[in-house]
Amino acid sequence: MRRILRYVAGRLLLTIPMIFVLVSLIFVILRIMPGDPVSVMLGEHALPEYLAQKKHELGLDKPIAAQYLDYLGQLAKGDLGKSMNTEERVGPVILEKLPATLELTFFGLAVCLAIGIPLGVRAARRRRSGQDFGIRLYANVVYCIPVFWMGLMLQLIFSLWFGVFPIAGRTGSRVIVSDFDVTGLYVIDTLMHGDLEALGDVLWHLALPAITLGVTLSGIFVRLTRANMLDALKADYVLASRARGIAEGKVVYGHALKNALIPIVTMLGLQFSALLAGAILTETTFSWPGMGRLLLERIYNRDYPVIQGVIIIYALIVSVVSLIVDLLYAIIDPRVKL
Amino acid sequence: MPETAAASILEIDELSIAYPISIGTVRAVDRLSLSVRKGEVLGIVGESGCGKSTLGLSILKLLKAPGRITSGEIRFKGRDGIERDILAMGERELLSLRGRDIAMIFQSPLTSLDPLMSVRKHFIETMRAHESGISEKEAVARAGDILVDLGIDRSRLDEFPYQLSGGMRQRIMIGLGLILNPEILLADEPTTALDVIVEAGFTELLLKLKRQYDLTVLLISHNLGLVAEIADRIAVMYGGRLVELAPVGDIFDSPLHPYTRGLMDCVPNILLDQKELLAMPGSPPDLVDQGPGCPFAPRCPKAMEVCSSKDPALLERPGSGGLARSVACWLYEGEA
Amino acid sequence: MNGNKDAAGGTRAKYSPASGIARLIGAFSAGARRYRIEWWILVAGIAIVLFIAIMTAFPGFFTHYDPNDQNAGPQLTAPTLAHPFGTDNLQRDVAARVVYGAQTILGVAFAAALLSAIVGIPLGLISGFAGNWLDKLLSLVMDSVYSFPGLILAISFAAMLGPGVVNITLAVSVVYIPTYFRLVRGQTLQIKQELYVEAAGAIGARRSTILAKYVFPNVIATVVVVFSLNIADAIMTEAALSYIGLGLPAGVPDWGMDLSMGKKFLPSGVWWMITYPGLMIMILALGFTMLGEGLSEILNPRLQEY
Repeated sequence: MRRILRYVAGRLLLTIPMIFVLVSLIFVILRIMPGDPVSVMLGEHALPEYLAQKKHELGLDKPIAAQYLDYLGQLAKGDLGKSMNTEERVGPVILEKLPATLELTFFGLAVCLAIGIPLGVRAARRRRSGQDFGIRLYANVVYCIPVFWMGLMLQLIFSLWFGVFPIAGRTGSRVIVSDFDVTGLYVIDTLMHGDLEALGDVLWHLALPAITLGVTLSGIFVRLTRANMLDALKADYVLASRARGIAEGKVVYGHALKNALIPIVTMLGLQFSALLAGAILTETTFSWPGMGRLLLERIYNRDYPVIQGVIIIYALIVSVVSLIVDLLYAIIDPRVKL
Repeated sequence: MPETAAASILEIDELSIAYPISIGTVRAVDRLSLSVRKGEVLGIVGESGCGKSTLGLSILKLLKAPGRITSGEIRFKGRDGIERDILAMGERELLSLRGRDIAMIFQSPLTSLDPLMSVRKHFIETMRAHESGISEKEAVARAGDILVDLGIDRSRLDEFPYQLSGGMRQRIMIGLGLILNPEILLADEPTTALDVIVEAGFTELLLKLKRQYDLTVLLISHNLGLVAEIADRIAVMYGGRLVELAPVGDIFDSPLHPYTRGLMDCVPNILLDQKELLAMPGSPPDLVDQGPGCPFAPRCPKAMEVCSSKDPALLERPGSGGLARSVACWLYEGEA
Repeated sequence: MNGNKDAAGGTRAKYSPASGIARLIGAFSAGARRYRIEWWILVAGIAIVLFIAIMTAFPGFFTHYDPNDQNAGPQLTAPTLAHPFGTDNLQRDVAARVVYGAQTILGVAFAAALLSAIVGIPLGLISGFAGNWLDKLLSLVMDSVYSFPGLILAISFAAMLGPGVVNITLAVSVVYIPTYFRLVRGQTLQIKQELYVEAAGAIGARRSTILAKYVFPNVIATVVVVFSLNIADAIMTEAALSYIGLGLPAGVPDWGMDLSMGKKFLPSGVWWMITYPGLMIMILALGFTMLGEGLSEILNPRLQEY
């Protein structure tokens, strides 16, 4: 157990350089670029004295290097700063929106895998058949569908024309969120609260956004699964298992797929970034109150601290996911030692 | 072993296997007929590409597309005395046959075990596939017993393939093959991937197990030396066909088919003062759309005109010890 | 990628332009003879790209409306013969916006891909070849950017740079620089170890010569494939950026922007404003993807999966 903890700690430490690079990049460019937050805040017609004063207050008149070092020092203390617009602390602001994004991304991933892996297995088992080509066609086409367009079309068809799903939002008007809100992850919250009606409403609202996200990214997993399954099915242990009279189903799913999952799980880490990116567009389309929309709002206002904070959180999420993937890898494959 | 006492346990009858590829059809096995006697060790030898491995796979109907069995029957007569054509069996029957009546072990122990499963899981899975009600305790006990028989410590059950040596993995494969007490053990190039020292132990082990489990063994190999050590009879394949079948002594002392003779000549003899290594001229036959005639004709030092135009039939000849032998060669046509 | 293992260290790289074209033509006709599905994919890809290219070059062929003309027809009408894709809320002809929008999106995507390649490839070559602290530093930066959700970076850059065609091109291109960097660096590292490069060094060829003559040509084939796939990706990114509103000024017809406008009218049942621009994005991205995949099959054919 201790070895695992040490491994985790070591990995988390490794994420620091990555975050460092990203934050520095954003920090510098934010400040070099034209357009400054103070004018946005006070309006274009504000008097120069006020502008200067506000600038001084926010520390924006110091040289960039100094601002940079200040920020780094701040980060080291775990302080993400205060929003320039609203004076709120950045941390809580982001934390409020984080669960929505996490929930959406998680369910999107679930849909993605639920579609991608079985289709990939089927295509591999019946390679060069009509089904195989059809599935590969699906994978290629779906990859090229813009996430937001998919969302819009689903809204058009299923919300507008068929009226089966809600068009936007996380919850309906009849559900009072504050009744069950604990973690911000509504599916868990409603379950914990025992409120099945609210759970139904939450899932109903999750449906279209999760499907949007999941389907567009499933193409990659179909191809990945298919390729790895083809390799796995050629393996000697597959033939040896069949020779011992093991049923085909067990051979394919118990042996081949399990082995094929290893490289798939590895890819999961990278694909999670694509999921996060897609989530932003999905949030915009479905008016989902997550970090993506927060980022977009604050970008218009040039709210530096929030923008930087959001980027840091995204980087952290990517790192944690990558870490989880590696741990999963070690669990599945006995050859891997942490 | 007197011929009358041994009954036939497996009969391959006019088996033909083809692979359609983009430039034609490869006839991997061509009208092969062979009778395997109960309790014998039959060696099937030939060079790479002669079709012996394809033959082996087809016995358990493990051939995968695009390979197709185009004709023939493989009749198996087990302990129950009923003779069934394996090639006509349905899925359920096949699953029962594989592993329980006929077991097959393969060339590459390195990759023939699922790297994600422990040894004990392999055994439990195999046993549960055939005796679904078996308890884990009993399964593990039996697995442990057979490991001991094979000279492996029981504690190894909890290890994973990557922790075992090649020789050990091969023995585990054998264990998995024998755990259900099959009647026939089919070994396809079992020692090719192992070093010679391990190989030496293998033949000893195989003979011991054969006695212990009352097995009939089909040993497929391109290694004549290995086969010579334990086989009772040897079947020589070339170009997808059976060219000679004889008791092991006859094959080495008086090979009839020119190809077999060539094989014997090729093996360097440490006792002789050889200046040169002999080899057979020419290269293996192109199996795509073979024309009529003997496949060895282009390379045969004794080739006659008829050899390139008509297929030789399999002729019976008297062998040593009153046993029968057969050879497919025009040289012996017409001899009584 | 195979290097050319010529006996005496090799004097000709495998993929000179002339031989490359010859191989392409040869593979093309061979594929045609066999009617393999991968060949059809390449053909489809080329067809789509060609079609869009023609549409970009000769928009007048396809529509006689001006995409910015706010008097083209009545407001928000569904598709009719006069307006095959309908009209939008500013009384503009949607079909015209679709046709002219191709110029925008293709231009930006192509330019961005080109820019990424121009920056990423040399950096990859240098980094892979140098192999010292420079390599480690560049790799760290590139890997950090690569593993981070690209769109978020593009959004940040686009937001900071402000609207404008040039700016959005820059924003999109930043995301793909690591792709080329990693690809080229990997290939360089591999080729660096090949014997003929060692041999060339032994006879005193300058490092830049080695790079240009041996390393570079072998890398080019893979780069071409990646370039095509890159364009497909860049198309999607550009559309995403303008969908969010970070893209182009109002006067430029852009599919992504049209989608975001159409979104507002969706609840009222206006389906034509979002359907067609989105469909075009997908078709264009598909075209380049198929082109890239088809090329990949020809240049690096996978072994038959039997």
